[in-house]
Amino acid sequence: MSSETIALGAVAESGRSIGETLHEWVTTVDHKKLGILYLIYALFFLVVGGVEATIMRIQLIVPHNHFVPPEVFNRMFTMHGTTMIFFVAMPLVFGFGTYLIPLMVGARDMAFPRLNALSFWLTAFGGLLLYFSFIGGNGLYGAGNAPDVGWFAYAPLTSRAFSQGHSTDFWSLALLVSGIGSIGTAVNFITTIISMRCPGMTLSKMPLLAWLNFVMAFMVIFAVSPLTAAQAMLCIDRYLGGHFFDTQAGGSAVLWMHFFWIFGHPEVYVLVIPAFAFASEIIPVFSRKPIFGYPVMVAATIAIGFISLSVWAHHMFTVGMSSYGNTFFTITTMIIAIPTGIKIFNWIGTMWGGKIQFKAPMLFCVAFLFQFLIAGLTGIMLSASPFNWQLSASYFVVAHFHYVIVGAILFTIFGAFYYWFPKMSGRMYNEMLAQWHFWLFLIGFHLTFDLMHIPGMLGMPRRIYTYEPGRGWDTWNLLVTIGVFFQAAGVLIFVANLLWSMFRGPAAGDDPWDAWTLEWSTTSPPPDYNFAVIPAVESRRPLWDLKHPEDPDWKYE
Amino acid sequence: MKPSEQTRKPYRAVAAFAACLAFFLLVAVFRAGASPDPSQIPSIFRPDSTPADSIFRLSRLVLSITGIIFAIVFSLIAYCVVKFRRRGPDDGREPAQVYGSNRVELAWTVIPVLIVLVLFLATARVILSVQDAPKPAGAIEVVAIGHQYWWEFRYPAYGVVAANELHVPVSDPANSSPTFLTLLSADTDHSFWVPRLAGKTDLIPNRANHTWIDPHETGLFLGQCAQYCGVQHAKMLLRVYVETREQFDQWIRQQKAPATTSAGVDEGREVFETTACMNCHAISGTVANGRFGPDLTHLMSRDTIAAGAALNTHENLRAWIQNPNSIKPSSLMPAMNLTDRQLDALTAYLETLR
Repeated sequence: MSSETIALGAVAESGRSIGETLHEWVTTVDHKKLGILYLIYALFFLVVGGVEATIMRIQLIVPHNHFVPPEVFNRMFTMHGTTMIFFVAMPLVFGFGTYLIPLMVGARDMAFPRLNALSFWLTAFGGLLLYFSFIGGNGLYGAGNAPDVGWFAYAPLTSRAFSQGHSTDFWSLALLVSGIGSIGTAVNFITTIISMRCPGMTLSKMPLLAWLNFVMAFMVIFAVSPLTAAQAMLCIDRYLGGHFFDTQAGGSAVLWMHFFWIFGHPEVYVLVIPAFAFASEIIPVFSRKPIFGYPVMVAATIAIGFISLSVWAHHMFTVGMSSYGNTFFTITTMIIAIPTGIKIFNWIGTMWGGKIQFKAPMLFCVAFLFQFLIAGLTGIMLSASPFNWQLSASYFVVAHFHYVIVGAILFTIFGAFYYWFPKMSGRMYNEMLAQWHFWLFLIGFHLTFDLMHIPGMLGMPRRIYTYEPGRGWDTWNLLVTIGVFFQAAGVLIFVANLLWSMFRGPAAGDDPWDAWTLEWSTTSPPPDYNFAVIPAVESRRPLWDLKHPEDPDWKYE
Repeated sequence: MKPSEQTRKPYRAVAAFAACLAFFLLVAVFRAGASPDPSQIPSIFRPDSTPADSIFRLSRLVLSITGIIFAIVFSLIAYCVVKFRRRGPDDGREPAQVYGSNRVELAWTVIPVLIVLVLFLATARVILSVQDAPKPAGAIEVVAIGHQYWWEFRYPAYGVVAANELHVPVSDPANSSPTFLTLLSADTDHSFWVPRLAGKTDLIPNRANHTWIDPHETGLFLGQCAQYCGVQHAKMLLRVYVETREQFDQWIRQQKAPATTSAGVDEGREVFETTACMNCHAISGTVANGRFGPDLTHLMSRDTIAAGAALNTHENLRAWIQNPNSIKPSSLMPAMNLTDRQLDALTAYLETLR
């Protein structure tokens, strides 16, 4: 293969006005700049969503607290959920995918660079639309408000009888717009991966990150489309006299649930499969071994992709489905544990016999393994539908899905930030601050979300702005809230570390981790169009072949 | 900086935090031990009714299997982390490059398949036994209707209408008298959840759902609405009174009686019947027949008002009528702006509705 890289268009950054720089970033179609825009945008909303979570936790620190009125609490959990899923987690995984996929498959950009830019700006516009509801939710009628229907916005709470003003419209349109952006990104990922791979990179030699994002992109198309359709139906109900979900006119509340969850459950995998992708790149490099069972990892991912489209009604075990319906969704949900378990075992197999180096990216990935194990096991508990009748809509479920979204997804995303930050910025982050971030966040996470399971099992439902004393929930809620402050401290250190290192960090070099995939073969940060000469590969680890010509991978694959 | 120097401080901090954590947990255990009345904790692990008990027994199986899996996989990860961590400075040598093993992959595929099969069969049995249980002849039938933010309980066989406090007879194996509930909603989604009696079932508009309970002991069982239903979802509380058959029959007789007419509260009754009160509330035997709010015919037979948000005392009742927001902000009952005199008269009238 060719390892030559010539810095293309290394335009002198100095001497340009802020206006010119801004113009360049706003009009860019470069996948690297767009990827970074996604990440900055998502980090901003991560802080916003975190503040909303903190407000809720302060309200719940003691029973009958009066920190915020019920209306505000209900807006906080609606905005927290919507923000974290659609404007934090999605842009984070799309940001890394947009940045990394062309680099890892040896391409100069995405297949459709302008669609790429359109997708980002649609997502960004969606977020602004959602937050405009704080001032525009009631239109000209009075003080503003944000939507308060919950992030899955069950009918008929969203009908005009129960949701006056425009807050639900902002929620609905924000998701409609950002959903179109997501579908654009998915189309772009699929096309790039199918048609832009460098010479020699057959599908079976593609890095796992590209494979997993490939599967994820298909799931986005299948999952986000029904959600987008449902938003259109909701708007028709609210403004054109439709009765899809309008129960007062014979519409069906359960129909909305089906539409939402046939999006909502694959969505979990849309977020967690990229998290698997980060772990599948980071764990091998820091264990100094190739990924264990590459073909099995790919097959398990595809299996998860298919099965996850058939499990959605496990969110609806309490809506009164027939016993056969409940039985069907129990077995499909349990089956998904098998490919997921295979993945965990393969990551352990990768670490087994390695020389594991505990830098920040690896620390976050090891914590991910522990936490994803627990999240999977509580998932099995929830899949047993009778057990689910007790646990669903309680704090146990809240703890479970935060274990997935924070404990698994956010932890690997933090790992990914530290792993690829040197590539994106050309500078090294501060390892000590990163470790502080890790330990503070780890303690806060476990304090909050381990203990949050308990009030759920003691009968505490979710989405209540206050609770009665004497039900055994007080102490757990107090401790859960204390954990939030540890997490907040960790995130502040993380943001400070990135900002400081961006300007003051030592030069990272092209390949600081002694890694094996193509993005490390170009400069840090990569030049415009990535590669002066399109590389050619012969194995899954082209840089290993280069560094170990006596023992190349292609002899064994 | 060497890696060891870089990492020393966080580890020390971790020790300090662990100490804090241990302290808080001790406090937690202490405070949990001081809980006023354990029977008031609606724990899913203290079942007192067949559906809740079947779920509890299933949960023990699921928890043991997942517990074993956790112990094994956790140990594997922990072993890797300890055993295979790089010690000392990098010597530049790479470990043996292992690409995979089909035999191992097969093993960790087949074993989970078998576990899933066992779990599924055990679960399916409980689904069928709870959901498809036949209704015996002696069953009590109740129609529960969810409203923003209170519960209406109708006993069609007895012609009784109650609110927020469900009375059911105890069901002993010798003389089984379970209660079968039909769940309806007047407005948005709600969910009927009394953890010690049964798992939750949603109340959904345009749909009739079903659940059943057969409490084995008398007593008060607490629950609350478990599906977000609007601003005051938090204070849509639910109380189930399990009584002996004699007490239950006595309660039914008392609820069937028309409203007591007492002398000396005519002024309060006039306030009730000439303001908006009667648009939403019914009092049998009077002109008041509203259905948006709870039936008040036997208001004083209830322990609580405002769907369990406050005890049914003179002060609370008066405060509730004067300004419902003081007890339950954004409840759908408006403040009537009554004068103090009207308020006292109305409270006195309501307090005669036994």
